[in-house]
Amino acid sequence: MPPLRWAADAEGGAPYIFRDPARPDRHIGFEVDLIEALEEELGRPIEFVQYDFKSLVSGLRRGDFDFAMNGLEVTPDRARQLRFSRPYYVYRLRLVVRRDETRFDTFLGCRDAGGVVATLEDTAAERLLDQLGIAKRIYDSQAEPYNDLEQGQVDAVLLDLPIAEYYARHRPRLRYAEEPEVRGYYAIAFRPEQEELARQFDAAIARLWSTGRLRHIYEKWGLWNEDQAILGTLGPAGDVLGDSARKWTPAQYLPLLLQGAWVTIEVSVLSMMAAMALGLPIALARLYGPAPLRWLAAAYVEFFRGIPVLLLLYFLYYGLPTLSEYYRLSVDLKLAPLQAAILGFGLNYAAYEAEIYRAGIGSIGRGQWEAAASLGMSRSLAFRRIILPQAVRVIIPPVTNDFIALLKDTSLVSVIAVVELTKQYQILAKSSMKYLEIGLATAALYLAMSVPLGYLSRRLEKRWGKGT
Amino acid sequence: MNAPVAIEVQGLVKRIGSRTILNDVNLTIEPRQTVALIGPSGGGKSTLLRCLNGLCSFDAGRIRVGPYVLHAGGGRSHAAEARKVRRLVGMIFQDFQLFPHLTALGNVMEAPRRVLGLPYDEARQRGMQLLERVGLADRADAYPRELSGGQQQRVAIARAMAMNPRALLCDEITSALDPELKGEVLAVLADLKLDGLTLVLVTHEMGFARRSADRVVVLVEGTVVEDGPPSQVLDNPQTPRTQRFLSRVLV
Repeated sequence: MPPLRWAADAEGGAPYIFRDPARPDRHIGFEVDLIEALEEELGRPIEFVQYDFKSLVSGLRRGDFDFAMNGLEVTPDRARQLRFSRPYYVYRLRLVVRRDETRFDTFLGCRDAGGVVATLEDTAAERLLDQLGIAKRIYDSQAEPYNDLEQGQVDAVLLDLPIAEYYARHRPRLRYAEEPEVRGYYAIAFRPEQEELARQFDAAIARLWSTGRLRHIYEKWGLWNEDQAILGTLGPAGDVLGDSARKWTPAQYLPLLLQGAWVTIEVSVLSMMAAMALGLPIALARLYGPAPLRWLAAAYVEFFRGIPVLLLLYFLYYGLPTLSEYYRLSVDLKLAPLQAAILGFGLNYAAYEAEIYRAGIGSIGRGQWEAAASLGMSRSLAFRRIILPQAVRVIIPPVTNDFIALLKDTSLVSVIAVVELTKQYQILAKSSMKYLEIGLATAALYLAMSVPLGYLSRRLEKRWGKGT
Repeated sequence: MNAPVAIEVQGLVKRIGSRTILNDVNLTIEPRQTVALIGPSGGGKSTLLRCLNGLCSFDAGRIRVGPYVLHAGGGRSHAAEARKVRRLVGMIFQDFQLFPHLTALGNVMEAPRRVLGLPYDEARQRGMQLLERVGLADRADAYPRELSGGQQQRVAIARAMAMNPRALLCDEITSALDPELKGEVLAVLADLKLDGLTLVLVTHEMGFARRSADRVVVLVEGTVVEDGPPSQVLDNPQTPRTQRFLSRVLV
């Protein structure tokens, strides 16, 4: 029999599945142990497929693999479209706060104190925060919310108990808040038409439970608790939850998309302004500066053009605070997500704008400089009055091009917990499964931003191009 | 006021790489004199002209323009002195080099406004007078690309004159023009000569040189080979090199 294909995300996935620190070429985790046990029960080999956590559900529906098992919470939205096995773990959500937190110790206290709670996208924890009306900040991976909690960027973190056990328990500056009575299930996800296979898994999980092997695995990973007792009594998870899916209408998702679009505009416009302002001195230094300045400017361009913005964003947001901590600097290098995003893109795009300016200014012939000089103009006067106005016309189209590219590049800022348009789309599409409909609305919003820019560019070009 | 200046060139040497462009040029141009610089192409005429207002640095010798002296070697002091020289000496280029983003009037007004600091109304009035003088008052609001070559060159002359120069350097200013347009530019130049400006023209217009120049200087391979009134140099050349050159252009 061919091996079954099991999809999970091993990237930062402790304690579910992650790379063995002692032997980075192999994966460990309680789900890896569970898979081994299932292989024996089913008498079938199972092979691992690395898959982005956020795309597990859509990947399963597309048939990229046979099943997903990766701490996938049984939610009404998912249960509607998937066939869940019987649960293999009962999770609780843990609210983690800073050790010195005195303002609140409960959900409601946090809400009344105006706290912001970090969590992962598309999880039971996120939905709970929404239901309670608590301000949230959404992250992509599991360690970063706790880092930010330590740094004071958020006021609490709400995540599944296994995550909290692994990432927060040992941190001296964090502690568990009052334990909320929120409970849910992890189950294995199949496509509805895989009923036959799903039944085999249900039976296998039941046997692992009754032989005590499941408990043994959880004890090994420190995940065993009283809650798990209920596992022996549960059937397939879809039955448990029923079908209370929310209906997503444009009236519900459009305001959220518009919010995302506004963040996109904010980040793009401010970054571009920073890049355009910073690019000019760099271009001038490269063109006319003395040798050391010229090298510095060239080095700047090569550096910021050569590294991925993503890396820069990680460094500015997560790296800088640890730097100031490590060297015990008195300056606080902690940036708000939006500041880090604008700074990151500003620095990156300044390199591109500088090169555009340089080419534009260089395209104005030497004769124009000489004509200006022969009229008694100084170099700076000639530059401002004669060269620059002509260069602007050359510069406008490529700068507009960059601006439009930037509008789309800003989708990267979701890695530092800024929810812009694309991120908002991912969140909404995944909760509603309306990938196409909301996707088209999102595309329309992007076009509504970029098309007027192109028009404006042509207008400006005309205005600056009088006579040429 | 505004007395025309004398220009004095002593032992001028200019090299580019291993090539010697100007080789010990000595030349004294009196105030109000009109000098035609002629000679085969590559002989160093344009380079000499560009040295005169500091657009080119040079390797040996010196150039005196009125009270200012340009020394060999370039650098910062050369640049500062060159800027002073350029306030006395205007220049007109073969390819006009009008500022394409400004109208004809804008081209003429720009330097008086920004360099001399003239108020707008005054600069405009002067600009209009000069455009009138070159016969283009009705095209004041046209952009350079909307003008013919001859019109562009006349605007360039007005632009140079707006700085009230004491001398004017003209670098083959009719070479880029169709024959029927050369006349209008040369007519403007002849008119300026009446003002008593010192004029140095690099030119291939032998007829114009004969009629208007006080002096013709022949530059061959970076050296002055003949220097005298037009009648003498053009009609009775003394050196074989001048004879060879003239026999080719005066067919």
